[in-house]
Amino acid sequence: MLKIVTLLSLMAISLFAAGADLGAGTKAEELNVPAIVMFIIFVLATLGITYWASQRTKSASDFYTAGGGITGTQNGTAIAGDFMSAASFLGITGMVYLKGYDGLIFSIGFLVGWPIILFMISEQLRNLGKYTFADVTSYRLKQKPVRILSAYGSISVVILYLIAQMVGSGKLIEILFGLDYEYAVILVGFLMIAYVAFGGMLATTWVQIIKAILLLSGTTFMSIMVMAQFGFSFESLFVAATEVHSKGESIMTPGGLVSDPISAISLGIALMFGTAGLPHILMRFFTVSDAKEARKSVFVATGLIGYFYILTFIMGFGAIVLVLGDTSGVGGVSQYWDAATNTLKGQNNMAAVWLAHAVGGDYFLGFISAVAFATILAVVSGLTLAGASAISHDLYANAFAKEGEKVDEEKEMQVSKYATIAIGIAAIIFGIAFEQQNIAFVVALAFTIAASANFPVLFMSIFWKKLTTRGAVMGGYIGLASALILVILGPVVWTQILGMGEAIVPYKFPAVFSVPLAFAAIWYFSITDKSEDAQKCIDAFDAQDIRCQTGIGADSAVQH
Amino acid sequence: MDKSLVEKIKANPSYNELVTKRSAFAWKLTITMLVIYYAFILFIAFSPETLGASLSGGMTTVGIPVGIAIIIFSFAITGFYVKRANSEFDDLVNNVKRDIEKEIK
Repeated sequence: MLKIVTLLSLMAISLFAAGADLGAGTKAEELNVPAIVMFIIFVLATLGITYWASQRTKSASDFYTAGGGITGTQNGTAIAGDFMSAASFLGITGMVYLKGYDGLIFSIGFLVGWPIILFMISEQLRNLGKYTFADVTSYRLKQKPVRILSAYGSISVVILYLIAQMVGSGKLIEILFGLDYEYAVILVGFLMIAYVAFGGMLATTWVQIIKAILLLSGTTFMSIMVMAQFGFSFESLFVAATEVHSKGESIMTPGGLVSDPISAISLGIALMFGTAGLPHILMRFFTVSDAKEARKSVFVATGLIGYFYILTFIMGFGAIVLVLGDTSGVGGVSQYWDAATNTLKGQNNMAAVWLAHAVGGDYFLGFISAVAFATILAVVSGLTLAGASAISHDLYANAFAKEGEKVDEEKEMQVSKYATIAIGIAAIIFGIAFEQQNIAFVVALAFTIAASANFPVLFMSIFWKKLTTRGAVMGGYIGLASALILVILGPVVWTQILGMGEAIVPYKFPAVFSVPLAFAAIWYFSITDKSEDAQKCIDAFDAQDIRCQTGIGADSAVQH
Repeated sequence: MDKSLVEKIKANPSYNELVTKRSAFAWKLTITMLVIYYAFILFIAFSPETLGASLSGGMTTVGIPVGIAIIIFSFAITGFYVKRANSEFDDLVNNVKRDIEKEIK
């Protein structure tokens, strides 16, 4: 293990060196030395944690859930870390920078799902599940079909989310570190395989916690620096921003982001319920010891995420004034402006990064760049672990195991490690293949599938007594299929990617149709199910509900 | 969990109190959160100028404090739930567990 860590760190360093050589001759940006030094420190520290975690990861329970020994505060910080991805940090700051108030609408949509998760999902998950959310959906239903459904739901969401993160990270690293795109994607892929395969959930959680603390400290500093320039008055900040921004005062009002009521509501549903169907987030509730700690996790996570979103709002406006309004470049234009493309250098998503330079100089830019890279690594690791668990725990150890036969735990762990490597390699290949693609739809699709296929089945399995295997399976697949079809017929895939002209379905987020459809299908195929199995599912509800409500029986992990 | 234990717990007064009170509380809070969020979304969709109105003659619009307030409210409402769950609901859960242990002995 130690050898592998050393080997990987050497590889990381040599990749930067290779990137530097290539960078000199190609279009890649110049080498950012402070960023690379800080990033290498981060990688070495996290590989150290992985080594430490690998010594403590012996059983399947250690691998999937860190043995249930994470505290509520630690878990809440890690959940916040999962949520504060590069997409939120750079994307939402970039959106506020570009559109002003509309950026805040997105942040609020991402946040309001959390209280609902607390009231409806978090304790229930902890009390009923063991390693994956499929443990909950299949609790009283037929194992095989329900596990396969949930595994499909998890793996699709994980792969789509991974593609988005990989492509985003490759681009980002190219700009920040001057490292070539392919090298960047390969580096991210190998590091995440190392974290997950050797360190399991324990390493993944601690990498996420460290990154969350670094990110929150960095963004707090930036926001304070911005506000200090305006005497800590929001009014002065907004006045300065409207003077600089080409859209003027309209950045202070809701604009064209959500143009019609159906899109607005649909986006709201996708963001709110999608969060409650993301496998890498749901999995975190199994890492704490009991319902009380699960609750505390959501409380801490909601606080940190809310705080972070307020910071992104300040940073976005700060970037308008200090990055867009900068006059220190040649001829009095902003030094962060690229005259050739007539945009911000590296596009709008770089607003937060250039703001770091504007308020803190080269070293702080280096710090924020390293944190952005760390953010990507931590998030893809969580995703990979969730995907690997779906393969090894849901498919291998349960759905495809012979009837009545208990799968050897060591074998299951071995499979989870192969699955980690397979997902990592798939992510690298997809990341490189999708380099030139518009990945916005990928995120929309991931959230829509999570909201349409995973969430309805999970919710109904916890709360609805009359749910049957047939209802869950039909509803889940109908949710999955309708989400896929509606996204393909929608404006992003149909018009922008396939170039087929006017979209058949005019909504980017079709959740407003696919989520109710999934619920309706679950209901209809359950109540019309008169089979013997259906009665068994219904009869088993009371015992499930008691465990769900009280946690009785949850402490001693139940073997399925 | 065997059938007789299920029936015993279902008949336990603390258990019934827990289920009734917690689910009423959780649904009330969920509906509050949904109403606030979708009211905000409907304002954006149908009447963006309401949120875009100047707050007190300056550049700051009504939408800014409203947005920040929703973020703070989301955090506050989780705290509100956790506080009651940690005391009242957990006490009831412990009552159920104690009663059951007694019965088994």
